[in-house]
Amino acid sequence: MSSAHTKTEHGHSTDHNYLNHGSGIWSWMTTLDHKRIGLMYFATVSTLFLIGGFFALGIRLHLAKFGAEPLLQPDTYNKFMTFHGAIMVFMVIIPGIPAFLGNFVLPIQLGAKDVAFPRLNLASYYIFIAGAAIAASSMIFNQVDTGWTFYTPYSTAKTSNGVILLVLGAFTMGFSSILTGLNFIVTTHKLRAPGMTMDRIPLMIWALYSTSIIQILATPILAITLLLIGAEKTLGVGIFDPDLGGDPVLFQHFFWFYSHPAVYIMILPAMGVISELITAFSKKTIFGYRAIAYSSVAIAAVSFLVWGHHMFVSGQSTLAGIIFSIITMFVGVPTAIKLFNWISTMYRGTVTFEAPMLFALGFMFLFTIGGLTGVFLASTGMDVHFHDTYFVVAHFHYVMVGGTLMALMGGIFYWFPKMFGRMTSDLGGRISWVLIFTGFNVTFFPQFVLGAMGMPRRYFDYLPEYTNLNQISTVGSWLIGLGFLVGLITIIHGIFKGEKASDNPWGAKTLEWQTSSPPPHENFINTPTVTAGPYDFR
Amino acid sequence: MTSVSSSSEFQHQHHFKSAEHQYASSKQGIWIFLCTEILMFGGLFVGYLIYHSLYPTVFKNGSETLDWKMGAVNTVVLLISSFTMAAAINYVQRGLHKIAAIMLALTIACAGAFMVIKYFEYSHKFHVGTVPGKFSLVDPSCAAGGKRLECESKISALLKNPAELEKNHVSAEEVSRLKAVISQPRWEMFYGFYFVMTGLHGVHVVAGAFLIFWVFVKTLRRKVGPEYYTPVEGVGLFWHVVDLVWIYLFPLLYLVG
Ligand code: HEM
Ligand SMILES: [Cu+2]
Repeated sequence: MSSAHTKTEHGHSTDHNYLNHGSGIWSWMTTLDHKRIGLMYFATVSTLFLIGGFFALGIRLHLAKFGAEPLLQPDTYNKFMTFHGAIMVFMVIIPGIPAFLGNFVLPIQLGAKDVAFPRLNLASYYIFIAGAAIAASSMIFNQVDTGWTFYTPYSTAKTSNGVILLVLGAFTMGFSSILTGLNFIVTTHKLRAPGMTMDRIPLMIWALYSTSIIQILATPILAITLLLIGAEKTLGVGIFDPDLGGDPVLFQHFFWFYSHPAVYIMILPAMGVISELITAFSKKTIFGYRAIAYSSVAIAAVSFLVWGHHMFVSGQSTLAGIIFSIITMFVGVPTAIKLFNWISTMYRGTVTFEAPMLFALGFMFLFTIGGLTGVFLASTGMDVHFHDTYFVVAHFHYVMVGGTLMALMGGIFYWFPKMFGRMTSDLGGRISWVLIFTGFNVTFFPQFVLGAMGMPRRYFDYLPEYTNLNQISTVGSWLIGLGFLVGLITIIHGIFKGEKASDNPWGAKTLEWQTSSPPPHENFINTPTVTAGPYDFR
Repeated sequence: MTSVSSSSEFQHQHHFKSAEHQYASSKQGIWIFLCTEILMFGGLFVGYLIYHSLYPTVFKNGSETLDWKMGAVNTVVLLISSFTMAAAINYVQRGLHKIAAIMLALTIACAGAFMVIKYFEYSHKFHVGTVPGKFSLVDPSCAAGGKRLECESKISALLKNPAELEKNHVSAEEVSRLKAVISQPRWEMFYGFYFVMTGLHGVHVVAGAFLIFWVFVKTLRRKVGPEYYTPVEGVGLFWHVVDLVWIYLFPLLYLVG
C-alpha cells in the first residue's frame, strides 16, 4: 500500500498494544480479540503437534527394527498409527494455518478492527478444544485402530467403541472449522478498509477466502458421514454394513468427497503464506496477482470433482476411473500457475534468504515433488501398483508436511515480529530449517522407493529386503524432530529475549506492516485508506 | 425488509460502521450457516436416494408401515409454527412485544407437540420391532460373525404371539404390512434411514425450541425491538429451515412407496 496514504502512528509498541490490553489469564480466556485468539490456537495446535509427533516417532522407531524385539505390539502399532494420523490431520494441519495465522493476520490485512463475529470466533476456539478433548479421551478409555480414515466396515463392526468418541470429536472440530470459515467469508465481504477492493486484497486473503468456501461446502458432508458412523456403531443402522445390505464403498465416497477438498483446506492457506513470503523477500511486485488469486478459487472448485481418485481400486467402473483420473490432472494447472508466478516474482528481484524465505523455498521444492508424484497416482494404471503402498505415504507427506508445515513454520517466523514485537534469532530459524529440510528428505524419499518396491502401508511388519531403507527413514525422522525442537527453542527465546522489532522489519507492503509491532488492541489507531494494490514495490 | 434505524438506543458493535452494516453482516453469516445445514441433510438425502433405487420394494413396504396420519398432523403442526414464527418477527419489528412473545411461545408449543407425536411414533416402532439393525433382533449376540440373516427378528417373534399383538394395538391390516416388510431381505435398511433422518431432524427441532426460548426471553426483556431484531430473525430463518427439511422428509419417508 502506498504508505503516504496509510495513516499510522509509530512508537506505540512500548506503551499500549493488544498483548498488554488487559492482563491475566482470564483476560486471555475471554478475549474477543482475533489476534489473541490466533495465538491461543498457536499454543493449542503446537501442543497437539507434539503429541502427534510423539506417535510418529514411535511408529518410525518400531519400523526401524533396531534390536531383536519389536517395539510395539501389532494392535498398539495400529493405535499409534490411528492417533498419529487423526491428530495431525484434524487437529494440526487443518486448523494450523487458517485458525492460527489466518485469525491473526486476516483482519489486519483487510484493515478491519476485528473479524465480523468476534464472539463466534471465541466460541469456535472452545468448540475446537471440546472436540479435541472428546477425541483425545478415546486415547484413554477405548483406543481405536482404524486409521484416520475410519473405513467401514472395520470402524463399525470390528474396532472398539472408542471410535464413537473419535468421530464425535472430529465432528465437533468440523463444526469449529465451519464457523471459522463463515467468519472469514463475512469479514472479507463486509469489513474491508476504505479503498480495499476485492482486487486489492492480499493473496493470503484470497487463499483463506477460497479455503473458507471449501470449509463451508465440504465439512457438512464429513459431519453427516461421521454421524452415520456413530449411528452405525450405536444403532447398527446398516447404511455402510454389507450384512444389512449397506455399502462400505458408499462410505468411501462420502469420506473422500470431504477429504479430498480437505487436502486443499490444508494446502491453499499454505500457498497464501508463500505468496506473502516470496514478495516480501524478493522486494518485488508479485507477478500475476490475478492469476494467483483466481487459481486459488479454481483449485477450490476442482477439488470437489476428484474424490474418486482415492477409489481407483475399490471396484468403481472403468469409466468413472478414467473421468476421475482426467479431472484430477486438471488440479495441476492452477497449481503450476502459482509456482511459475512465484518463480517469476523472484526472478530479478532483490532476494534475501532469511529464515522465512528458506521455508518458502523449502515449500516450493518439496511441494513440487509431492505434486508430481500425485500425477503418477492419478494415472489409473500406475495407481494399481502404487495404491496403499509407501509411495502414497511419501506422496501425502511431501504435500502435507513438506508443503503445509513448511509454510506454517515460514509464516510463524515471518509474522513473529508482528505478533510479539520482537525478532527471533535468524540463525536459530536457519538451523531449524536445515534440520527439518534435510531430515524430511531423508525420511520420506526412501519411502517412495519402498513403495515402488512394493512395501504396503499400514503394516506392522515387512520383508527383510525393506530393512535398510526403513532404518534410513527412521534416522531422518529424528532429524525432523530435532529441527522442530530447535524451532521451538528459537521461538520461545524470541518471545522472551528477542531484540525489539521495528514496525516493518521485512519492508513488506501489506497493511499489517503499516501498524505498530505488536498492533494496538483495535489493529490501527486510525483506519487506513487504501490507494494501491497490495504489493506495490516501486 | 424494513431497514434498521441507527438513531435509537441500540449501539452497534465497535468494528462495524453502522447498525445497517452490522445487520447485513449478521444476516450473511446466518445464511451461510443455513447452507451448511442444508448440505448436511443433503448427504443423507443422497444416501436415501441411492438405497431407494437399490431396494425399491424394501422402501415401499417400509414406508407403508409408517403412520402417514401422524406424519401429516406433524407437518401441519410445523407449518403453523413457521407461521407463528414469521408473525413473531413481524411483531418484534413493529415493537409489539407482548403479542410477539405470545407468538414465540406458540412456536415453542408447536415444537413440543411435534416431539410428543414423534415420541408416540417411535415408541410404537420399538414395540413392534420396526427399528434399525441392531435392535431388530431378539438376540443381538446371534448376529456375531455376520450371521444375522439366521437370527430371529423382533417382528417375527411378535407376529407369533397374538396376545402381544393385541396388547400393542396392532391391527390385522398392520400385521399384513409387517409380514410384507420382513418377507424382504435387508428390510432393516429402511428403518436405518428413517431413524437417522427423523432423529437428526428431531435434534434440530429441540435445538430450535431452545433458540426460540432464548429470543423469547430477549423479547420479554425488550432487548430486541424495531431498532434491533437480528437474533429473532436469525432464529426464525433457522426454524424455517427445520420446517423445510421436514417438508421434504415427510413425503419421502411416509408417502413415496
Ligand atoms: C495439494 C495437496 C495435496 C495433499 C495435501 C494431498 C494429500 C493426500 C493424502 C492425505 C492422500 C492419502 C489418503 C489416504 O490416507 O489414503 C493422498 C492420496 C492421493 N493423492 Fe494427494 N494430495 C495433494 C495433492 C495431490 C495432487 C496434486 C494429486 C494429483 C495430481 C494427488 C493425487 C492423489 C492420488 C491419486 C491419491 C490416491 C493414491 C492411492 O491411495 O492410491 N494429490 N493425497
Ligand atoms: Cu485426493
